[in-house]
Amino acid sequence: MSPIALLGRIWLVLILIFLYAPILVMAAMSFNASPFYQLPFEYSSKWYSDMAGNEQIVTAAIRSVLIACAVTAIATAVGTAASVALFRYEFRGKKLLQALLFPPIAIPWLITGTAMLVFFFTIGIGRGTPAVIIGHVALALPYVIVTVTARLSSFDVTLEEAARSMGAGAWTVLRRITLPWIAPGIVAGALFAFAVSFDQFVVSYFLSKPGDSTLPVLIYTAIRKGFTPEINAISTIIIAISMAVMFLAARYSKFGGDR
Amino acid sequence: MSQVEVRNVTKRFGRTVALDDVSIAFEDGGFFALLGPSGSGKTTLLRTIAGFHFPESGSIRIGERNVEKVPVEKRDIGMMFQNYALFPNMSVAENVGFGLRVRKVGSAEETRRAREALELVQLGHLGDRRPSQLSGGQRQRVALARAIVTNPKVLLLDEPLSALDKTLRVDMQIELKRIQREVGITTIFVTHDQEEALTLSDRIGILRDGRIVQAGPPREVYNHPVDAFAAGFLGDANWLSDGALAGLTLPADPAGHRFATRPEALAISAAAPAPGMNAVRGQLVQRVFAGAMATCLVEVEGEPWKLIARDRDIPELPGDGAVWLAWAPQDTLVVPA
Repeated sequence: MSPIALLGRIWLVLILIFLYAPILVMAAMSFNASPFYQLPFEYSSKWYSDMAGNEQIVTAAIRSVLIACAVTAIATAVGTAASVALFRYEFRGKKLLQALLFPPIAIPWLITGTAMLVFFFTIGIGRGTPAVIIGHVALALPYVIVTVTARLSSFDVTLEEAARSMGAGAWTVLRRITLPWIAPGIVAGALFAFAVSFDQFVVSYFLSKPGDSTLPVLIYTAIRKGFTPEINAISTIIIAISMAVMFLAARYSKFGGDR
Repeated sequence: MSQVEVRNVTKRFGRTVALDDVSIAFEDGGFFALLGPSGSGKTTLLRTIAGFHFPESGSIRIGERNVEKVPVEKRDIGMMFQNYALFPNMSVAENVGFGLRVRKVGSAEETRRAREALELVQLGHLGDRRPSQLSGGQRQRVALARAIVTNPKVLLLDEPLSALDKTLRVDMQIELKRIQREVGITTIFVTHDQEEALTLSDRIGILRDGRIVQAGPPREVYNHPVDAFAAGFLGDANWLSDGALAGLTLPADPAGHRFATRPEALAISAAAPAPGMNAVRGQLVQRVFAGAMATCLVEVEGEPWKLIARDRDIPELPGDGAVWLAWAPQDTLVVPA
Protein backbone atom coordinates (compact mmCIF):
# COMPACT_ATOMS: atom_id res chain seq x y z
CA MET A 1 0.00 0.00 0.00
CA SER A 2 1.33 3.45 -0.90
CA PRO A 3 1.95 5.95 1.95
CA ILE A 4 -0.85 8.15 0.60
CA ALA A 5 -3.35 5.31 0.62
CA LEU A 6 -2.24 4.28 4.11
CA LEU A 7 -2.68 7.85 5.31
CA GLY A 8 -6.13 7.83 3.76
CA ARG A 9 -7.08 4.68 5.65
CA ILE A 10 -5.87 6.11 8.94
CA TRP A 11 -7.79 9.34 8.28
CA LEU A 12 -10.97 7.39 7.57
CA VAL A 13 -10.60 5.39 10.79
CA LEU A 14 -10.09 8.60 12.77
CA ILE A 15 -13.22 10.13 11.26
CA LEU A 16 -15.27 7.05 12.05
CA ILE A 17 -13.98 7.09 15.66
CA PHE A 18 -14.85 10.78 15.89
CA LEU A 19 -18.37 10.09 14.61
CA TYR A 20 -19.21 6.89 16.42
CA ALA A 21 -17.15 6.75 19.65
CA PRO A 22 -19.62 8.85 21.71
CA ILE A 23 -22.52 6.81 20.40
CA LEU A 24 -20.80 3.52 21.15
CA VAL A 25 -19.90 4.66 24.66
CA MET A 26 -23.50 5.67 25.26
CA ALA A 27 -24.80 2.37 23.87
CA ALA A 28 -22.32 0.46 26.05
CA MET A 29 -23.31 2.42 29.15
CA SER A 30 -26.95 1.65 28.56
CA PHE A 31 -26.01 -1.97 29.30
CA ASN A 32 -23.88 -1.10 32.36
CA ALA A 33 -25.42 -1.86 35.77
CA SER A 34 -23.99 1.21 37.49
CA PRO A 35 -26.23 4.30 37.40
CA PHE A 36 -23.13 6.50 37.68
CA TYR A 37 -21.29 5.07 34.70
CA GLN A 38 -18.76 3.36 36.92
CA LEU A 39 -16.29 0.88 35.55
CA PRO A 40 -15.62 -2.06 35.45
CA PHE A 41 -18.44 -2.78 33.06
CA GLU A 42 -21.10 -5.03 34.47
CA TYR A 43 -23.80 -6.20 32.04
CA SER A 44 -27.40 -5.47 32.89
CA SER A 45 -30.61 -4.92 30.94
CA LYS A 46 -32.07 -3.10 33.93
CA TRP A 47 -32.26 0.26 32.19
CA TYR A 48 -34.19 -1.20 29.30
CA SER A 49 -36.77 -2.80 31.58
CA ASP A 50 -36.96 0.43 33.61
CA MET A 51 -37.53 2.31 30.41
CA ALA A 52 -40.24 -0.08 29.28
CA GLY A 53 -41.94 0.43 32.64
CA ASN A 54 -41.72 4.20 32.39
CA GLU A 55 -45.12 5.22 31.14
CA GLN A 56 -43.98 8.69 30.10
CA ILE A 57 -41.28 7.31 27.87
CA VAL A 58 -43.52 4.66 26.31
CA THR A 59 -46.30 7.16 25.60
CA ALA A 60 -43.85 9.62 24.06
CA ALA A 61 -42.29 6.85 21.98
CA ILE A 62 -45.67 5.74 20.63
CA ARG A 63 -46.59 9.36 19.91
CA SER A 64 -43.30 9.89 18.08
CA VAL A 65 -43.81 6.81 15.93
CA LEU A 66 -47.42 7.73 15.12
CA ILE A 67 -46.46 11.29 14.21
CA ALA A 68 -43.59 10.01 12.07
CA CYS A 69 -45.95 7.62 10.26
CA ALA A 70 -48.49 10.38 9.61
CA VAL A 71 -45.74 12.73 8.42
CA THR A 72 -44.31 10.00 6.17
CA ALA A 73 -47.68 9.30 4.58
CA ILE A 74 -48.54 12.97 3.98
CA ALA A 75 -45.08 14.13 2.89
CA THR A 76 -44.57 11.16 0.56
CA ALA A 77 -47.95 11.55 -1.14
CA VAL A 78 -47.71 15.34 -1.49
CA GLY A 79 -44.02 15.28 -2.39
CA THR A 80 -44.42 12.59 -5.05
CA ALA A 81 -47.35 14.42 -6.62
CA ALA A 82 -45.34 17.65 -6.62
CA SER A 83 -42.34 15.92 -8.22
CA VAL A 84 -44.45 14.39 -10.97
CA ALA A 85 -46.10 17.75 -11.64
CA LEU A 86 -42.73 19.55 -11.75
CA PHE A 87 -41.43 16.88 -14.10
CA ARG A 88 -44.40 16.82 -16.42
CA TYR A 89 -45.63 20.38 -16.77
CA GLU A 90 -44.05 23.59 -17.88
CA PHE A 91 -45.47 26.67 -16.21
CA ARG A 92 -44.49 30.20 -15.38
CA GLY A 93 -42.25 30.43 -12.30
CA LYS A 94 -41.37 26.72 -12.29
CA LYS A 95 -37.63 27.38 -11.99
CA LEU A 96 -38.20 29.76 -9.09
CA LEU A 97 -40.46 27.27 -7.35
CA GLN A 98 -37.85 24.52 -7.71
CA ALA A 99 -35.14 26.82 -6.37
CA LEU A 100 -37.31 27.73 -3.39
CA LEU A 101 -37.54 24.06 -2.38
CA PHE A 102 -33.92 23.95 -1.24
CA PRO A 103 -33.45 26.82 1.28
CA PRO A 104 -35.73 25.18 3.93
CA ILE A 105 -33.10 22.43 4.19
CA ALA A 106 -30.44 25.03 4.93
CA ILE A 107 -32.40 27.37 7.25
CA PRO A 108 -31.58 26.64 10.92
CA TRP A 109 -34.37 24.65 12.53
CA LEU A 110 -34.42 27.11 15.40
CA ILE A 111 -35.50 29.85 13.00
CA THR A 112 -37.94 27.58 11.18
CA GLY A 113 -39.41 26.47 14.53
CA THR A 114 -39.85 30.03 15.77
CA ALA A 115 -41.41 31.11 12.50
CA MET A 116 -43.81 28.17 12.54
CA LEU A 117 -44.83 28.82 16.14
CA VAL A 118 -45.61 32.45 15.37
CA PHE A 119 -47.43 31.48 12.19
CA PHE A 120 -49.53 28.74 13.80
CA PHE A 121 -50.56 31.07 16.61
CA THR A 122 -51.47 33.79 14.13
CA ILE A 123 -53.71 31.52 12.08
CA GLY A 124 -55.18 29.85 15.16
CA ILE A 125 -53.79 26.34 15.02
CA GLY A 126 -51.62 26.95 18.07
CA ARG A 127 -49.44 24.29 19.62
CA GLY A 128 -50.18 20.58 19.70
CA THR A 129 -49.91 17.42 17.66
CA PRO A 130 -51.54 18.83 14.45
CA ALA A 131 -49.04 21.70 14.49
CA VAL A 132 -46.17 19.24 15.03
CA ILE A 133 -47.34 17.10 12.09
CA ILE A 134 -47.72 20.10 9.76
CA GLY A 135 -44.31 21.40 10.83
CA HIS A 136 -42.63 18.04 10.24
CA VAL A 137 -44.31 17.65 6.84
CA ALA A 138 -42.92 21.05 5.82
CA LEU A 139 -39.43 19.93 6.88
CA ALA A 140 -39.69 16.52 5.20
CA LEU A 141 -41.22 17.64 1.89
CA PRO A 142 -38.01 18.91 0.25
CA TYR A 143 -36.30 15.58 0.99
CA VAL A 144 -39.11 13.63 -0.68
CA ILE A 145 -39.21 15.96 -3.68
CA VAL A 146 -35.44 15.81 -4.12
CA THR A 147 -35.24 12.00 -4.04
CA VAL A 148 -38.29 11.44 -6.26
CA THR A 149 -37.18 14.12 -8.73
CA ALA A 150 -33.73 12.54 -8.93
CA ARG A 151 -35.33 9.25 -9.88
CA LEU A 152 -37.75 10.90 -12.33
CA SER A 153 -34.93 12.65 -14.16
CA SER A 154 -33.90 9.26 -15.59
CA PHE A 155 -37.48 8.44 -16.64
CA ASP A 156 -38.15 8.16 -20.37
CA VAL A 157 -41.45 9.88 -21.18
CA THR A 158 -41.84 7.91 -24.39
CA LEU A 159 -42.68 4.96 -22.10
CA GLU A 160 -45.83 6.85 -21.14
CA GLU A 161 -46.54 7.66 -24.78
CA ALA A 162 -46.05 4.01 -25.72
CA ALA A 163 -48.46 2.89 -22.99
CA ARG A 164 -51.05 5.42 -24.14
CA SER A 165 -50.68 4.33 -27.77
CA MET A 166 -51.58 0.83 -26.56
CA GLY A 167 -54.81 2.08 -25.06
CA ALA A 168 -53.85 2.82 -21.45
CA GLY A 169 -55.58 5.80 -19.82
CA ALA A 170 -53.85 8.33 -17.56
CA TRP A 171 -54.47 6.35 -14.35
CA THR A 172 -53.23 3.06 -15.79
CA VAL A 173 -50.13 4.76 -17.18
CA LEU A 174 -49.36 6.27 -13.78
CA ARG A 175 -49.95 3.02 -11.90
CA ARG A 176 -48.31 0.57 -14.31
CA ILE A 177 -45.51 2.60 -15.90
CA THR A 178 -44.58 5.78 -14.04
CA LEU A 179 -44.96 4.72 -10.39
CA PRO A 180 -43.07 1.43 -10.76
CA TRP A 181 -40.19 3.37 -12.25
CA ILE A 182 -40.02 5.99 -9.48
CA ALA A 183 -40.90 3.52 -6.66
CA PRO A 184 -37.30 3.31 -5.34
CA GLY A 185 -37.21 7.10 -5.15
CA ILE A 186 -40.56 7.18 -3.34
CA VAL A 187 -39.39 4.57 -0.81
CA ALA A 188 -36.16 6.47 -0.21
CA GLY A 189 -38.11 9.72 0.17
CA ALA A 190 -40.53 8.08 2.62
CA LEU A 191 -37.66 6.77 4.74
CA PHE A 192 -36.04 10.21 4.79
CA ALA A 193 -39.38 11.74 5.79
CA PHE A 194 -39.74 9.22 8.62
CA ALA A 195 -36.21 9.92 9.85
CA VAL A 196 -36.65 13.70 9.66
CA SER A 197 -39.82 13.50 11.74
CA PHE A 198 -38.69 10.84 14.20
CA ASP A 199 -35.39 12.59 14.99
CA GLN A 200 -36.79 16.08 14.99
CA PHE A 201 -36.26 17.98 18.21
CA VAL A 202 -36.24 21.73 17.70
CA VAL A 203 -39.47 22.12 15.76
CA SER A 204 -41.21 19.52 17.95
CA TYR A 205 -40.04 21.36 21.08
CA PHE A 206 -41.49 24.63 19.83
CA LEU A 207 -44.75 23.21 18.57
CA SER A 208 -45.74 20.45 21.00
CA LYS A 209 -47.91 21.15 24.03
CA PRO A 210 -46.28 20.56 27.44
CA GLY A 211 -47.05 17.02 28.59
CA ASP A 212 -47.77 16.07 25.03
CA SER A 213 -44.18 15.80 23.89
CA THR A 214 -42.43 13.55 21.39
CA LEU A 215 -39.57 11.30 22.41
CA PRO A 216 -36.67 13.67 21.59
CA VAL A 217 -38.43 16.45 23.51
CA LEU A 218 -39.02 14.13 26.46
CA ILE A 219 -35.36 13.11 26.48
CA TYR A 220 -34.29 16.74 26.53
CA THR A 221 -36.62 17.50 29.44
CA ALA A 222 -35.43 14.41 31.30
CA ILE A 223 -31.78 15.36 30.90
CA ARG A 224 -32.45 18.77 32.38
CA LYS A 225 -33.90 17.09 35.48
CA GLY A 226 -31.04 14.64 35.83
CA PHE A 227 -29.30 12.18 33.62
CA THR A 228 -30.21 8.51 34.06
CA PRO A 229 -29.03 5.48 32.08
CA GLU A 230 -32.66 5.01 31.03
CA ILE A 231 -32.04 7.88 28.66
CA ASN A 232 -29.04 5.99 27.29
CA ALA A 233 -31.28 3.02 26.67
CA ILE A 234 -33.96 4.94 24.78
CA SER A 235 -31.32 6.93 22.89
CA THR A 236 -29.64 3.73 21.82
CA ILE A 237 -32.95 2.43 20.47
CA ILE A 238 -33.61 5.69 18.61
CA ILE A 239 -30.16 5.59 17.05
CA ALA A 240 -30.64 1.97 16.00
CA ILE A 241 -33.97 2.81 14.33
CA SER A 242 -32.62 5.95 12.65
CA MET A 243 -29.58 4.19 11.29
CA ALA A 244 -31.65 1.29 10.00
CA VAL A 245 -33.96 3.75 8.22
CA MET A 246 -31.02 5.65 6.73
CA PHE A 247 -29.35 2.46 5.55
CA LEU A 248 -32.58 1.46 3.80
CA ALA A 249 -32.95 4.92 2.27
CA ALA A 250 -29.37 4.87 0.98
CA ARG A 251 -29.89 1.41 -0.45
CA TYR A 252 -33.05 2.42 -2.32
CA SER A 253 -31.82 5.75 -3.58
CA LYS A 254 -28.51 4.34 -4.74
CA PHE A 255 -29.21 0.85 -5.99
CA GLY A 256 -32.78 1.41 -7.07
CA GLY A 257 -32.13 0.93 -10.80
CA ASP A 258 -33.16 -2.03 -12.91
CA ARG A 259 -33.11 -5.05 -10.72
CA MET B 1 -61.84 3.61 -49.24
CA SER B 2 -58.68 4.87 -47.62
CA GLN B 3 -58.04 3.68 -44.08
CA VAL B 4 -56.64 6.95 -42.75
CA GLU B 5 -57.47 10.36 -44.10
CA VAL B 6 -56.06 13.70 -43.04
CA ARG B 7 -58.01 16.66 -44.33
CA ASN B 8 -56.93 20.34 -44.17
CA VAL B 9 -55.05 19.84 -40.92
CA THR B 10 -53.21 22.82 -39.44
CA LYS B 11 -51.10 22.53 -36.31
CA ARG B 12 -49.20 25.36 -34.66
CA PHE B 13 -46.67 25.36 -31.83
CA GLY B 14 -46.70 28.91 -30.58
CA ARG B 15 -45.93 30.97 -33.66
CA THR B 16 -44.44 28.11 -35.65
CA VAL B 17 -46.77 26.50 -38.15
CA ALA B 18 -45.79 22.82 -37.98
CA LEU B 19 -48.52 21.59 -40.34
CA ASP B 20 -49.98 23.97 -42.88
CA ASP B 21 -53.32 22.84 -44.31
CA VAL B 22 -52.18 19.25 -44.88
CA SER B 23 -54.44 16.83 -46.73
CA ILE B 24 -53.35 13.27 -47.44
CA ALA B 25 -54.99 9.85 -47.67
CA PHE B 26 -53.47 6.51 -46.66
CA GLU B 27 -54.70 3.46 -48.55
CA ASP B 28 -55.97 0.40 -46.68
CA GLY B 29 -53.12 -2.10 -46.26
CA GLY B 30 -50.58 0.26 -47.81
CA PHE B 31 -47.09 1.06 -46.62
CA PHE B 32 -46.70 4.82 -46.69
CA ALA B 33 -43.43 6.64 -46.01
CA LEU B 34 -43.39 10.27 -44.88
CA LEU B 35 -40.13 11.77 -45.99
CA GLY B 36 -38.62 15.18 -45.43
CA PRO B 37 -35.77 17.13 -43.89
CA SER B 38 -35.81 17.78 -40.14
CA GLY B 39 -38.38 20.41 -39.24
CA SER B 40 -40.50 19.56 -42.28
CA GLY B 41 -43.40 18.42 -40.09
CA LYS B 42 -43.29 14.71 -40.86
CA THR B 43 -43.04 13.67 -37.21
CA THR B 44 -45.68 16.21 -36.22
CA LEU B 45 -48.01 14.74 -38.85
CA LEU B 46 -47.42 11.22 -37.50
CA ARG B 47 -47.94 12.31 -33.90
CA THR B 48 -51.07 14.24 -34.87
CA ILE B 49 -52.49 11.10 -36.50
CA ALA B 50 -51.50 9.18 -33.34
CA GLY B 51 -53.25 11.73 -31.14
CA PHE B 52 -50.31 13.20 -29.22
CA HIS B 53 -51.09 16.55 -30.83
CA PHE B 54 -54.51 17.98 -31.57
CA PRO B 55 -54.85 20.06 -34.73
CA GLU B 56 -56.18 23.64 -34.60
CA SER B 57 -58.30 22.94 -37.64
CA GLY B 58 -59.04 20.15 -40.08
CA SER B 59 -60.18 16.56 -39.60
CA ILE B 60 -58.54 13.17 -39.20
CA ARG B 61 -60.36 9.95 -39.96
CA ILE B 62 -59.10 6.51 -38.91
CA GLY B 63 -61.27 3.68 -40.26
CA GLU B 64 -64.88 4.84 -39.98
CA ARG B 65 -64.32 7.33 -37.21
CA ASN B 66 -63.36 11.00 -37.04
CA VAL B 67 -60.71 11.13 -34.35
CA GLU B 68 -59.26 14.65 -34.41
CA LYS B 69 -60.59 15.26 -30.88
CA VAL B 70 -60.09 11.70 -29.56
CA PRO B 71 -57.12 11.13 -27.18
CA VAL B 72 -54.34 8.71 -28.12
CA GLU B 73 -55.53 5.84 -25.94
CA LYS B 74 -58.93 5.71 -27.64
CA ARG B 75 -57.72 5.85 -31.26
CA ASP B 76 -56.92 2.15 -31.65
CA ILE B 77 -53.47 2.64 -33.13
CA GLY B 78 -50.18 0.78 -32.86
CA MET B 79 -47.01 2.78 -32.61
CA MET B 80 -43.31 2.04 -32.70
CA PHE B 81 -40.90 4.58 -31.25
CA GLN B 82 -37.39 5.54 -32.25
CA ASN B 83 -35.91 4.29 -28.95
CA TYR B 84 -38.29 1.26 -28.80
CA ALA B 85 -39.77 2.45 -25.45
CA LEU B 86 -40.02 -1.06 -24.02
CA PHE B 87 -41.20 -1.14 -20.40
CA PRO B 88 -38.12 -2.04 -18.32
CA ASN B 89 -40.17 -3.31 -15.39
CA MET B 90 -41.96 -5.96 -17.47
CA SER B 91 -40.85 -9.11 -19.25
CA VAL B 92 -40.93 -9.32 -23.04
CA ALA B 93 -44.23 -11.25 -22.93
CA GLU B 94 -45.74 -8.71 -20.51
CA ASN B 95 -44.62 -5.88 -22.76
CA VAL B 96 -46.33 -7.45 -25.74
CA GLY B 97 -49.42 -8.35 -23.67
CA PHE B 98 -49.79 -4.85 -22.20
CA GLY B 99 -52.24 -3.55 -24.79
CA LEU B 100 -54.35 -6.70 -24.42
CA ARG B 101 -54.37 -6.43 -20.63
CA VAL B 102 -55.53 -2.83 -20.87
CA ARG B 103 -58.35 -4.07 -23.13
CA LYS B 104 -59.19 -6.77 -20.55
CA VAL B 105 -59.26 -9.68 -23.02
CA GLY B 106 -58.68 -12.26 -20.27
CA SER B 107 -55.39 -13.83 -19.27
CA ALA B 108 -55.68 -16.97 -21.44
CA GLU B 109 -56.31 -14.98 -24.61
CA GLU B 110 -53.68 -12.42 -23.61
CA THR B 111 -51.03 -15.14 -23.28
CA ARG B 112 -52.04 -16.78 -26.55
CA ARG B 113 -52.09 -13.62 -28.62
CA ALA B 114 -48.87 -12.24 -27.11
CA ARG B 115 -47.22 -15.56 -27.93
CA GLU B 116 -48.53 -15.46 -31.52
CA ALA B 117 -47.24 -11.92 -32.00
CA LEU B 118 -43.83 -12.89 -30.64
CA GLU B 119 -43.71 -15.88 -32.96
CA LEU B 120 -44.56 -13.62 -35.88
CA VAL B 121 -41.41 -11.63 -35.17
CA GLN B 122 -39.50 -14.87 -34.52
CA LEU B 123 -38.94 -14.26 -30.82
CA GLY B 124 -41.35 -16.90 -29.44
CA HIS B 125 -38.60 -18.31 -27.23
CA LEU B 126 -37.66 -15.03 -25.47
CA GLY B 127 -40.95 -14.18 -23.73
CA ASP B 128 -39.49 -14.50 -20.22
CA ARG B 129 -36.53 -12.21 -20.82
CA ARG B 130 -36.29 -8.63 -19.65
CA PRO B 131 -35.89 -5.95 -22.37
CA SER B 132 -32.45 -5.12 -20.94
CA GLN B 133 -31.30 -8.65 -21.83
CA LEU B 134 -32.10 -8.25 -25.54
CA SER B 135 -29.99 -7.02 -28.43
CA GLY B 136 -30.98 -3.92 -30.41
CA GLY B 137 -32.53 -5.95 -33.22
CA GLN B 138 -34.48 -8.09 -30.78
CA ARG B 139 -35.85 -5.03 -28.95
CA GLN B 140 -36.94 -3.73 -32.32
CA ARG B 141 -38.91 -6.90 -32.97
CA VAL B 142 -40.51 -6.83 -29.52
CA ALA B 143 -41.57 -3.23 -30.13
CA LEU B 144 -43.12 -4.28 -33.44
CA ALA B 145 -44.93 -7.26 -31.90
CA ARG B 146 -46.23 -5.00 -29.14
CA ALA B 147 -47.50 -2.45 -31.66
CA ILE B 148 -49.50 -4.92 -33.75
CA VAL B 149 -50.73 -7.40 -31.11
CA THR B 150 -54.00 -5.52 -30.57
CA ASN B 151 -54.85 -5.52 -34.29
CA PRO B 152 -54.85 -1.73 -34.47
CA LYS B 153 -56.41 0.11 -37.38
CA VAL B 154 -53.11 1.69 -38.34
CA LEU B 155 -49.45 1.12 -37.51
CA LEU B 156 -47.38 4.27 -36.98
CA LEU B 157 -43.59 4.06 -37.11
CA ASP B 158 -41.44 6.97 -35.94
CA GLU B 159 -37.99 6.43 -37.48
CA PRO B 160 -37.94 2.95 -35.97
CA LEU B 161 -34.75 1.75 -37.64
CA SER B 162 -32.53 4.78 -37.12
CA ALA B 163 -30.93 3.38 -33.94
CA LEU B 164 -29.67 0.22 -35.66
CA ASP B 165 -26.39 -0.21 -37.49
CA LYS B 166 -26.49 -0.53 -41.27
CA THR B 167 -26.42 -4.33 -41.72
CA LEU B 168 -29.04 -4.89 -39.05
CA ARG B 169 -31.12 -2.10 -40.52
CA VAL B 170 -31.32 -3.78 -43.93
CA ASP B 171 -32.33 -7.09 -42.28
CA MET B 172 -35.01 -5.29 -40.27
CA GLN B 173 -36.32 -3.50 -43.36
CA ILE B 174 -36.93 -6.83 -45.07
CA GLU B 175 -38.46 -8.27 -41.91
CA LEU B 176 -40.67 -5.22 -41.39
CA LYS B 177 -41.93 -5.43 -44.96
CA ARG B 178 -42.63 -9.20 -44.65
CA ILE B 179 -44.60 -8.74 -41.42
CA GLN B 180 -46.50 -5.75 -42.76
CA ARG B 181 -47.57 -7.79 -45.81
CA GLU B 182 -48.45 -10.80 -43.68
CA VAL B 183 -50.59 -8.80 -41.28
CA GLY B 184 -51.92 -6.49 -43.98
CA ILE B 185 -51.97 -3.50 -41.66
CA THR B 186 -52.05 0.06 -42.97
CA THR B 187 -48.65 1.46 -42.10
CA ILE B 188 -47.36 5.03 -41.92
CA PHE B 189 -43.65 5.39 -41.56
CA VAL B 190 -41.58 8.49 -40.82
CA THR B 191 -38.00 8.57 -42.02
CA HIS B 192 -35.35 10.96 -43.22
CA ASP B 193 -33.56 8.14 -45.03
CA GLN B 194 -34.72 8.24 -48.68
CA GLU B 195 -33.28 4.82 -49.47
CA GLU B 196 -35.28 3.31 -46.62
CA ALA B 197 -38.41 5.04 -47.86
CA LEU B 198 -37.91 3.70 -51.40
CA THR B 199 -37.15 0.16 -50.19
CA LEU B 200 -40.11 -0.22 -47.87
CA SER B 201 -43.02 1.80 -49.07
CA ASP B 202 -45.51 1.55 -51.87
CA ARG B 203 -46.32 5.23 -51.54
CA ILE B 204 -44.29 8.13 -50.28
CA GLY B 205 -45.11 11.65 -49.28
CA ILE B 206 -42.47 14.38 -49.30
CA LEU B 207 -42.92 17.16 -46.77
CA ARG B 208 -41.38 20.57 -46.57
CA ASP B 209 -42.16 23.44 -44.18
CA GLY B 210 -45.33 21.75 -42.93
CA ARG B 211 -46.76 21.09 -46.38
CA ILE B 212 -46.99 18.00 -48.55
CA VAL B 213 -44.87 18.72 -51.61
CA GLN B 214 -45.72 15.52 -53.47
CA ALA B 215 -47.31 12.16 -52.72
CA GLY B 216 -47.42 9.06 -54.87
CA PRO B 217 -45.71 5.75 -55.68
CA PRO B 218 -41.91 6.01 -55.24
CA ARG B 219 -41.16 5.44 -58.95
CA GLU B 220 -43.59 8.13 -60.01
CA VAL B 221 -42.20 10.66 -57.51
CA TYR B 222 -38.65 9.78 -58.56
CA ASN B 223 -39.29 10.02 -62.30
CA HIS B 224 -41.79 12.87 -62.25
CA PRO B 225 -40.98 15.23 -59.39
CA VAL B 226 -43.42 18.13 -59.16
CA ASP B 227 -40.81 20.71 -58.22
CA ALA B 228 -37.10 21.32 -57.77
CA PHE B 229 -37.26 20.41 -54.06
CA ALA B 230 -38.86 17.01 -54.70
CA ALA B 231 -36.39 16.33 -57.52
CA GLY B 232 -33.42 17.16 -55.31
CA PHE B 233 -34.67 15.55 -52.12
CA LEU B 234 -35.48 12.13 -53.52
CA GLY B 235 -32.33 11.17 -55.35
CA ASP B 236 -29.77 13.54 -56.87
CA ALA B 237 -30.66 15.96 -59.65
CA ASN B 238 -28.20 17.46 -62.18
CA TRP B 239 -29.62 20.82 -63.19
CA LEU B 240 -29.28 22.12 -66.73
CA SER B 241 -28.34 25.80 -66.73
CA ASP B 242 -29.93 28.00 -69.42
CA GLY B 243 -26.68 28.13 -71.37
CA ALA B 244 -26.60 24.33 -71.76
CA LEU B 245 -30.04 23.98 -73.36
CA ALA B 246 -29.08 24.73 -76.97
CA GLY B 247 -29.45 21.74 -79.31
CA LEU B 248 -31.18 19.50 -76.74
CA THR B 249 -34.47 17.68 -77.28
CA LEU B 250 -36.59 18.95 -74.37
CA PRO B 251 -39.98 17.66 -73.12
CA ALA B 252 -41.37 21.16 -72.47
CA ASP B 253 -41.00 24.83 -73.32
CA PRO B 254 -37.76 26.22 -71.81
CA ALA B 255 -39.71 29.33 -70.78
CA GLY B 256 -41.26 28.54 -67.40
CA HIS B 257 -39.53 25.18 -66.89
CA ARG B 258 -36.32 23.83 -65.45
CA PHE B 259 -34.66 20.60 -66.60
CA ALA B 260 -32.51 18.03 -64.87
CA THR B 261 -31.13 14.52 -65.22
CA ARG B 262 -30.59 11.65 -62.77
CA PRO B 263 -26.98 10.50 -62.15
CA GLU B 264 -27.69 6.93 -63.33
CA ALA B 265 -29.30 8.08 -66.62
CA LEU B 266 -26.02 9.52 -67.88
CA ALA B 267 -23.28 8.04 -70.03
CA ILE B 268 -19.81 9.58 -70.07
CA SER B 269 -17.44 9.54 -73.05
CA ALA B 270 -14.50 11.37 -74.58
CA ALA B 271 -16.09 11.66 -78.07
CA ALA B 272 -19.39 13.24 -79.01
CA PRO B 273 -22.25 10.71 -78.63
CA ALA B 274 -24.52 9.35 -81.36
CA PRO B 275 -27.19 11.67 -82.80
CA GLY B 276 -30.62 11.39 -81.20
CA MET B 277 -29.16 11.51 -77.69
CA ASN B 278 -29.11 14.64 -75.55
CA ALA B 279 -25.57 15.56 -74.74
CA VAL B 280 -23.64 18.33 -72.96
CA ARG B 281 -19.94 19.10 -72.68
CA GLY B 282 -18.32 19.12 -69.26
CA GLN B 283 -15.08 19.19 -67.35
CA LEU B 284 -14.33 16.06 -65.25
CA VAL B 285 -13.55 17.09 -61.67
CA GLN B 286 -13.14 13.71 -60.01
CA ARG B 287 -13.71 10.03 -60.61
CA VAL B 288 -14.48 8.01 -57.45
CA PHE B 289 -14.07 4.24 -57.63
CA ALA B 290 -16.34 2.26 -55.29
CA GLY B 291 -16.00 -1.38 -56.32
CA ALA B 292 -18.79 -2.31 -58.70
CA MET B 293 -19.94 1.26 -59.12
CA ALA B 294 -18.13 4.50 -59.82
CA THR B 295 -19.13 8.14 -59.38
CA CYS B 296 -17.91 10.92 -61.66
CA LEU B 297 -18.17 14.55 -60.65
CA VAL B 298 -18.35 16.81 -63.71
CA GLU B 299 -18.80 20.55 -64.08
CA VAL B 300 -21.35 21.43 -66.77
CA GLU B 301 -21.84 25.11 -67.60
CA GLY B 302 -21.12 26.07 -63.98
CA GLU B 303 -23.42 23.40 -62.47
CA PRO B 304 -21.96 20.47 -60.50
CA TRP B 305 -23.14 17.22 -62.11
CA LYS B 306 -22.92 13.72 -60.77
CA LEU B 307 -22.85 10.50 -62.77
CA ILE B 308 -23.22 7.02 -61.34
CA ALA B 309 -22.41 3.98 -63.51
CA ARG B 310 -20.86 0.53 -63.34
CA ASP B 311 -17.15 1.13 -63.27
CA ARG B 312 -16.60 -1.19 -66.26
CA ASP B 313 -19.05 0.86 -68.37
CA ILE B 314 -16.94 3.98 -68.02
CA PRO B 315 -14.47 4.26 -70.93
CA GLU B 316 -10.94 5.63 -70.93
CA LEU B 317 -11.23 9.39 -70.38
CA PRO B 318 -8.88 12.04 -71.82
CA GLY B 319 -6.18 13.50 -69.59
CA ASP B 320 -7.43 17.10 -69.94
CA GLY B 321 -10.85 16.07 -68.50
CA ALA B 322 -12.96 17.38 -71.40
CA VAL B 323 -15.88 14.93 -71.59
CA TRP B 324 -19.38 14.49 -73.03
CA LEU B 325 -22.35 13.50 -70.90
CA ALA B 326 -25.25 11.92 -72.81
CA TRP B 327 -28.74 10.70 -71.94
CA ALA B 328 -31.90 9.64 -73.71
CA PRO B 329 -34.29 12.61 -74.24
CA GLN B 330 -37.14 10.81 -72.43
CA ASP B 331 -34.95 10.65 -69.27
CA THR B 332 -34.98 14.44 -68.94
CA LEU B 333 -36.75 15.57 -65.75
CA VAL B 334 -38.91 18.66 -66.06
CA VAL B 335 -40.23 20.85 -63.24
CA PRO B 336 -41.91 24.25 -63.21
CA ALA B 337 -39.37 27.05 -62.76
